[in-house]
Amino acid sequence: MNKVLLIIQREYVTRVRKKSFIIMIFVVPLLLLAMGGVIALVAKNSNQLSSLQVVNVLDNSKVFDGKFRDVSNIKFVRGDQDLNKAKATSKNDENISTLFIPADYAKKGGVQIFSKKKSAIQLTEEIEKQMNDIAINNSMLEHHIDPALVNTIKNTNINVNSVEITSTGDKDANIGPNIAIAIACSIFIYISLLIYGGQVMRGVIEEKTSRIIEVVISSVKPFQLMLGKIIGVGLVGLTQFSAWIILSVISSKIAGHAFNSPASPMTGILQTLQTIPFGYILSCFLFYFLTGYLLYSAMFAAVGSAVDSETETQQFMFPITMPLLFTYILSVSVLFRAPDSPLAVWLSIIPFTAPVAMMVRLPFDPPGWQLALSMAMMVIGFLFTTYVAARIYRVGILMYGKKASFKELGKWFFYKE
Amino acid sequence: MLSIRHIVKQYAGHRALNDVSLEVESGKIFGLLGPNGAGKTSLIRIVNQITAPDSGEVYFNGERLNQSHINRIGYLPEERGLYKKMEIGEQMIYLARLKGLSRDEANKRLKYWFEKLGIEGWWKKKIEELSKGMQQKAQFVATVMHEPDLIILDEPFSGFDPVNAEVIKDEILELNRKGATILFSTHRMESVEELCDSIALINKSQKILDGKVKHIRNSYRNDTYLIEYTGQQLNFDGTQPFEIVGDTLSEDDSHIIRIKLNGSHNSNDVLQYLIPRTRINMLQEVIPSMNEIFIEKVNHIS
Repeated sequence: MNKVLLIIQREYVTRVRKKSFIIMIFVVPLLLLAMGGVIALVAKNSNQLSSLQVVNVLDNSKVFDGKFRDVSNIKFVRGDQDLNKAKATSKNDENISTLFIPADYAKKGGVQIFSKKKSAIQLTEEIEKQMNDIAINNSMLEHHIDPALVNTIKNTNINVNSVEITSTGDKDANIGPNIAIAIACSIFIYISLLIYGGQVMRGVIEEKTSRIIEVVISSVKPFQLMLGKIIGVGLVGLTQFSAWIILSVISSKIAGHAFNSPASPMTGILQTLQTIPFGYILSCFLFYFLTGYLLYSAMFAAVGSAVDSETETQQFMFPITMPLLFTYILSVSVLFRAPDSPLAVWLSIIPFTAPVAMMVRLPFDPPGWQLALSMAMMVIGFLFTTYVAARIYRVGILMYGKKASFKELGKWFFYKE
Repeated sequence: MLSIRHIVKQYAGHRALNDVSLEVESGKIFGLLGPNGAGKTSLIRIVNQITAPDSGEVYFNGERLNQSHINRIGYLPEERGLYKKMEIGEQMIYLARLKGLSRDEANKRLKYWFEKLGIEGWWKKKIEELSKGMQQKAQFVATVMHEPDLIILDEPFSGFDPVNAEVIKDEILELNRKGATILFSTHRMESVEELCDSIALINKSQKILDGKVKHIRNSYRNDTYLIEYTGQQLNFDGTQPFEIVGDTLSEDDSHIIRIKLNGSHNSNDVLQYLIPRTRINMLQEVIPSMNEIFIEKVNHIS
């Protein structure tokens, strides 16, 4: 057991010391921070135009003339030139637009706005809103309705809040953030299983091609070496996650101070995010990452032991990663919309697909017995693959120059020691 | 020291070892000989407990071979290598610790070895920065650092230049003098006669010969001698106590002949016959070299 610890230590220390590892630790939270910043900035900026827009109004209908209200960054000017002249002005200055209202303004496509660049959505929306208001007001006046009265009557603001009825009581079922979390978790677990499983495989290939393997297994059993490598790399993964979580929390606190004005839409998003039980999801994530990682990395180690170079791994990698890829694609396209469908339930119980499938279902509160069954299956699953992989590994690491096939691996499995 | 009894090892397609038994005496240098693919590496892997035999047993100092013996064996495989990206000092310490040394002890011994081989400056170097010969030296150090009782060397001199091969040979002999038993496997016979006390010859999964080098060579004596004489070339009429084997090698007036004794005659009879007739420069018994025995045996079997 002491020797396994030594191997774990070596695998861990050599990886953690690498520059790429240290860089990754800082790059990812920085990227998150930058992304948050960009989102906040975009959200903030789309509220108002960046510079003052002057709108030259050419109103042939005489209905709207002089009734436009200036709002921040949009100034309406009454234009008396003819259309072509006004368009020429707009062509020269991107901050001057020309609004052309024909006599028959109600006809579809009749009202046009000309500007040097494509008009900002905000600008067109503002104009549409004001014109509609003006037109409605005019109609009401024609029918002798008091617009002021109508406005006070119209002044209600009803939002529908969807509430889920559960055994523990009613709860807020705002599913937007849930979907986001579900998809983020499944992507994250899918990528991390592949990355760290791949690291185990490359480590095995490295030992095999550098021929140190025979020296090492004259000191330890092949199973100890495989186990040490898998655990060592797994710990690297956990270290990385912990560092990311800590740094992300810190950076989001900083970001929160920097970007969060009460008016910002970020605040709204952050508030809904707070309803999600992060601790619960995080601990489930860690469980599924660990068991899924043990399950897959054992298979990756067996593949690494069977080949002489990384290019030969293709034929094995595809069938092995298929269930994972399949679930991943289903998860981001279908499963989050039907988290309690039979397909989702089955996928979240089969150990090869469960890490991704269950992470998608988790924000939608799957029944407790399904979660328990899935977790038990994960443990059984990784014990099983580790057993099978270890039997292939112990033979594979000493085989050189033999083109391995699945049939060959099957034979190795039944070799006596 | 090491007693290998009736080992059978079967692989999918073929039998790698067929009822092989060997005795390696304590404190001796034992050579395991055989052509490529004869089963030497399979046998060595069994002794190292990398694989297990299908039947038969191995005893280490009288005990059935088990995990506790791993730390007392040092193994230099034929296909060797080290972690390329790891610093050499750190790597040696890691390998020594896998063999059960404490970190401090490993550190101390490694310093001793580095000084001994004059490679103190390498500690922080990565393996990929070293030449092949230097890597081999490092690998040798890793093999013997935990002071094993039994050192198993598979083709130890392959990859060494003559100078370094000599350095390593001296180190092997010194370790042997200090009490280590050495089992070394090779298909290069020259090294055997110099180094080994005993050998075993393996061919096609079978042991075909074993014993002390001296005894084996003596048992292959066949009364053949080389004689060099000066003067006129002699003609033999059939009354001489020997037969001429092969051609006479002549250079100026010195001639070398190869003879085989007739019947119960000995070398003195040969001299008595020749001395009145010519001037003898040399008479030397021809004992077959291990190389010749090896080739003869292997060809004979097949």
